[in-house]
Amino acid sequence: MTPTDAVSMPPAAARAYRRLLAAGFRQQSAYLAAAVGGLVANVTFGFLKAAILLATLAAAGGTLGGYDTGRMLAYVWVSQAMLGLINVSGRDVLGERIRTGDIAVDFLRPLDLQLAGLSTHLGTRLFTLLPRGLPTLTIGLLTTGMALPSGPAPYLLGAVSVLLATTLAYLAVYALNMSALWLVEIRGLQVTYMVVASFCCGLYIPVGIFPGWLETLARLTPFPSMLMTPVDVLSGYAVGTDALRLVLAQVAWVVVVGLLGHLLTRAGRRHLEVQGG
Amino acid sequence: MSRTPVVQVSGLTRDFVVRPRGHRLRGRRVRAVHDLSFTVRPGEAVGYIGANGAGKSTTIKMLAGILVPTAGEVRTCGLRPVQDRRALARRIGVVFGQRSQLWWDLPVAESFRILAAIHHLDAAGERARTGELVDRLEMGAYLDTPVRQLSLGQRMRAEVAAALLHSPRLVILDEPTIGLDVLSKQRLREFLIEERREHGTSLMLTTHDMGDVERLCPRVLVIDDGTLAYDGTLSGLSRTVGARRVLVVDLERPTEPLTGIPSTEHLSTQAQGLQQRLAFDPERTTAAAVLAAVSQRSEVRDLAIEEPDIEDVVRRIYAARR
Repeated sequence: MTPTDAVSMPPAAARAYRRLLAAGFRQQSAYLAAAVGGLVANVTFGFLKAAILLATLAAAGGTLGGYDTGRMLAYVWVSQAMLGLINVSGRDVLGERIRTGDIAVDFLRPLDLQLAGLSTHLGTRLFTLLPRGLPTLTIGLLTTGMALPSGPAPYLLGAVSVLLATTLAYLAVYALNMSALWLVEIRGLQVTYMVVASFCCGLYIPVGIFPGWLETLARLTPFPSMLMTPVDVLSGYAVGTDALRLVLAQVAWVVVVGLLGHLLTRAGRRHLEVQGG
Repeated sequence: MSRTPVVQVSGLTRDFVVRPRGHRLRGRRVRAVHDLSFTVRPGEAVGYIGANGAGKSTTIKMLAGILVPTAGEVRTCGLRPVQDRRALARRIGVVFGQRSQLWWDLPVAESFRILAAIHHLDAAGERARTGELVDRLEMGAYLDTPVRQLSLGQRMRAEVAAALLHSPRLVILDEPTIGLDVLSKQRLREFLIEERREHGTSLMLTTHDMGDVERLCPRVLVIDDGTLAYDGTLSGLSRTVGARRVLVVDLERPTEPLTGIPSTEHLSTQAQGLQQRLAFDPERTTAAAVLAAVSQRSEVRDLAIEEPDIEDVVRRIYAARR
């Protein structure tokens, strides 16, 4: 089953994945202190990013790559608020479970491993919106302010885009961690992924102000769909058909990366040697 | 109940390639399981025993569909374990003594609710089955406690309940009593006996604890170096290897070592001859005959009979095959 099949799932099966989503949400609520720590870090780096990028804007004469002060601040705070949602670290419990052999327990359930992992992951990540994502955004609005689009459309499309970004970020990390079935030790791979993904998704500076060749290169990867797209849609940087096209690209990446993870799971199950007796 | 065997294995073989560190291409082929064949019928309880590295876990993993055989055939509950993984997962329950299937940060009851949804139990079925398991395994007091706060004994009971929640036809237990105290082991064994009586559940058990096998498994499979070394009853196993029973007698007065009793070997003398241990072969003499011979020499105050230690029996089987 691929994530696209989830749409046509029978109700009893859908209930199982919904339960996993709720379980992820509740499980994450056990780590409230960590979420508050995350909030402090996100806000601190938000101010840092804002200071550097506004100075850059000023040096460039007020606008850069289509960003003015209000848009740039929207980029800063929306991207910081989304940090709790998207996984660009490359690490996931899955890689650890393969390394220790606990993956056996997951394979002994009548579930699609990828979809079960995604459900749990979405649950945990959506929880972080409450103590981390929304407060970051609120603090940004109250302190530096930001330009926001008017009318409901960008917000609705933005919400869809955020969900797609969270899903895509997980599916990519899932596929990466599945390689542990062959490699067992994947820490080097995870660090490389973190460096490439966090830069190319537009976490440090907007993809729109990359040098031309680098922007072209980055836009050939799924990474901008993990962060830049929802930020651009929510901040009103991309509107109308532009915004719609970006979201459709997200959908395409979800299908492609999801299919890759699905194929790796199928091949990996034949290869699986449960570690640790 | 269907008469299809719950486990049918023929010519099952599994090789591993062991690679020395830093040599990804060069490797040595090691045969963990070799040409294994056996059948487990519905309702049977089978103890699967052998030394570390004999191939027990490798077999279990192939039965459960999480390891692909190198050669041979496996059918578990009539299904092909690897190809039919998800259908099989609805018919078997597996407990790995060293791995958890519960949600670490959530209350025990929540794990049961998630598993009930995973196994598509309806509300009434979920209530009835959860209630039954909670009662029998005495889990009521800690249902709302997060799993990470449970003692090992409490967690193992919850693990077993989690594996049995969907009333599987076959339960595979891999070292279920590892690390448990005597009372916890006892409670778990009693539960498994009841569960089999009520639901006709088949059981396959790997263990180092011979008490588990003695209490739970009328049939024993011994695996040695990846091949089947014995298939039969536990008492038959002791007979096969000529395992001896030991008669321990407490005597009224200090007595000379009780040597020279027919078909009996004097093992030791304690407390100036007040307690003596005599080994005898149950095929050649009886406890009563040995006792009668002892009584002629000294008055017996108390006695005990030690049954053969199964680890010793397994060692003997191994020795006899080499």
